[in-house]
Amino acid sequence: MGTRQLELEVMRYDPEKDEAPHFQTYSVPCNEDWVILDAINYVKDNIDTTLAYRWSCHMMVCGSCGMMVNGEPVLTCKTFVRDLPDKVRIEPLENFPIERDLVVVLDDVMQKLHQVQPYIVRKDDPPEDAEYKQTRGQLMKFKQLTMCINCMCCYAACPQYGLNKDFIGPAALALAHRYNLDNRDQGKSDRLDILADHNGVWECSFVGACSEVCPKHVDPAAAIQQMKVDGAVEFWKQRLGIPGDKS
Amino acid sequence: MSRRPYVREMSKTTWYMRNGRYRVYVLRELSSFLVAFYTFLVIYALSVLAAGSAVQWNSFLASQQGVGMIIFHGLALLYFLFYQTFPWFKLAPKAMPIQVGENKVADSKIIGAHYVAWIVVTAFIFWLAGVI
Ligand code: SF4
Ligand code: SF4
Repeated sequence: MGTRQLELEVMRYDPEKDEAPHFQTYSVPCNEDWVILDAINYVKDNIDTTLAYRWSCHMMVCGSCGMMVNGEPVLTCKTFVRDLPDKVRIEPLENFPIERDLVVVLDDVMQKLHQVQPYIVRKDDPPEDAEYKQTRGQLMKFKQLTMCINCMCCYAACPQYGLNKDFIGPAALALAHRYNLDNRDQGKSDRLDILADHNGVWECSFVGACSEVCPKHVDPAAAIQQMKVDGAVEFWKQRLGIPGDKS
Repeated sequence: MSRRPYVREMSKTTWYMRNGRYRVYVLRELSSFLVAFYTFLVIYALSVLAAGSAVQWNSFLASQQGVGMIIFHGLALLYFLFYQTFPWFKLAPKAMPIQVGENKVADSKIIGAHYVAWIVVTAFIFWLAGVI
């Protein structure tokens, strides 16, 4: 297996010492089949133990290793060294405050995910001794949206979130849509206030950047546009006195 | 250990220079100026028409038929086609997915339907205008 020397320009920030972030360069001998996360782990193990970053599963499931690699928000566990030039710039996810080095503060999006009530809301009592039924067709309506791993690459790509931190943003809106589309859920009207707010779906201008960078092909931009169509239909239904769909 | 998160502000004036994706987006949004221009043009045309003077109306028509104006209209048309029509039709299956039973209707069918509708409407307008 061939090795290749990679120059990693890594953004460093120590809240106890630094006024602002700066770059530090590490020269890393990489195997061609490595991903960027392997190279960062190499730095941590062999060159500089002070480097702070998040990772856990190394297999696109945990969603914690999202970073900017040469300006693109990616999961570093699926970004191969062989697809990159010899010089690679690694920064913490854009649009988030930096906690330390490559670790960002995610409090804001955590609160937003919570805000959209990402769980099944029922207005009636659950059926006794039975589960809620769902056909395959009903599941297919939203299955793609359940693939989100909260890596927040979409927030790092979204210019609207960059400009306005009150925007609920792609992953949380996609998650709301996932529950709105679930036939077992009755909470659509509860979510409407948050989604139809000016910081909800209408703040999105369909740049589509979120969907392009999403490593799990969740396509949050599509979900948001569907919600706009939904919202407009609901609006007219209410105006014309036609009862809305589920709840 | 003290927390002191560092905030990188996004520039309000130059953010769209960050990458190619944003630049394409801004180019798309800039077409709104052309939309505004054509809105005013139509309002102006209607007001001339409403005034009922054939001389004025004919001079308005002539003003739109100079070489410069024709090139302008042609470029505007291309701009709309490449930054609005084609991309939006391509995105239509995302905004309006149709599921029949367990399967999604193929993107190509939804996109195709948009092009057919577009051609029909265009042909109707041409017919109305006496072009065909
Ligand atoms: S929608 Fe995609 S990019 Fe956004 S958090 Fe979920 S998996 Fe990550
Ligand atoms: S489509 Fe909407 S949510 Fe996605 S990046 Fe663009 S503005 Fe942000």
